[in-house]
Amino acid sequence: MNTAINSGHLVFLLNGAMWTLVLSLLAFAGGGLGGFVVALGRTSPIKVLRILSSAYVQLIQGTPLLVILFLTFFGLPTLGFSITPLFAAALSLTIYVSAYLGEIWRGCIESVPKAQWEAAECLALSRVQRMFKVILPQAVRIATPPTVGFSVQIIKNTSLASVVGFVELARAGQLINNSIFEPFAIYMIVALLYFCLCFPVSALSKRLERTGAARLRTLKAASA
Amino acid sequence: MTLDFTAILARWQMLLDGLALTVQLAAVTTLTGFLIGTLCAIARRSDVSALRWVASVYIEAIRNTPFLVQIFVVYFGLSSLGFSFSAVTVAIIALTINVGAYTAEIMRAGFDAIHPGQWEAGECLGLSRTQTYWHVALRPAMERVYPSLTSQFILLMLASSVTSQISAEELTAAANFIQSETYRPFETYIVVALIYLALSLAMRVVFWAFGLAVFPRRRRLGTNL
Repeated sequence: MNTAINSGHLVFLLNGAMWTLVLSLLAFAGGGLGGFVVALGRTSPIKVLRILSSAYVQLIQGTPLLVILFLTFFGLPTLGFSITPLFAAALSLTIYVSAYLGEIWRGCIESVPKAQWEAAECLALSRVQRMFKVILPQAVRIATPPTVGFSVQIIKNTSLASVVGFVELARAGQLINNSIFEPFAIYMIVALLYFCLCFPVSALSKRLERTGAARLRTLKAASA
Repeated sequence: MTLDFTAILARWQMLLDGLALTVQLAAVTTLTGFLIGTLCAIARRSDVSALRWVASVYIEAIRNTPFLVQIFVVYFGLSSLGFSFSAVTVAIIALTINVGAYTAEIMRAGFDAIHPGQWEAGECLGLSRTQTYWHVALRPAMERVYPSLTSQFILLMLASSVTSQISAEELTAAANFIQSETYRPFETYIVVALIYLALSLAMRVVFWAFGLAVFPRRRRLGTNL
């Protein structure tokens, strides 16, 4: 039996890293859509929508992702749905991400200077026009740095999908460890691969934050 | 099928034991994590470049890798060095290392937000750097970033669920055990999710009350700084 880490193991880990990226993208796409709805609900003029979306955010942010994942993976089948590990992971990450992104984006929508809202109203734009033509284009620019920053959290949190047996990077490491039992070396390599995935994104978000902060200042100064 | 909670609620003792461990993990690592984080924030702002470098490497390494992998590295790393700790001890070490890095970034922002005049005033009074941090900067820095600290420590409590993976018998591990006994996963995890939700709300209240007690200025003004 071969007990050293060989190139085949590295290929297997890289393949796992690819699935980590796929799952991250699925979570970002699903969570982004959900988060957009949550953010609109949180800033809606209709009280019921505000209460519902805020309750949703409180509920999800007060529950560990691991429990949401177990709830979908073990719970849904007993209710008669048959689901794969990938679907369970993507669904629970979507739910989780939508609450956090929704809350981040709400802050961004609300930080568009008040004069912009009033100006849009003075121009007799409807609520929908005001949101889509005036507020959102500005909110998107404010939202970019924190959204990129949160993507790092998404990539890291996909590691929990390993717990329900979806073979992404962390699970690939566990499987290799089961065959050669070199846990410390393997998990260090896995950690390094995660670092390679996350660090560029963190660095980008830090850079965007610096330029974004300057832009927001000029925006505020211009409309003050 | 219909939801049936009787089998789960009959095992309330197990849930209670799990909850107790989750609360202990959260309470202990909030303190240790805050300590490590504040020390790292100070190291990160130090004049000694080696200290700055070590602190940055630690912070970036932790913030860019998943907690699940960190806990495995700590668990197997310690045992390959010849230490044999209980799962709970490993959980406390791993959670402390993890939250320390996030707290360091938060506290650094807090220290950075202290007005330069305050540091100069400390120096003029002949306080050492350590004394300035302790007597002048620490409390107002904490006060400024207190909401972020609150959220971070609630996230820490939620992250403690991951320690079930190295068989620390906390709330999530209790849930896994109960669902394997009762074959009622949906009901079990709903109950546990609600317990976590109640716990995070309770933590919010505790942190709010602590903030009122420790930051009298906030209480008087009723606003953030």
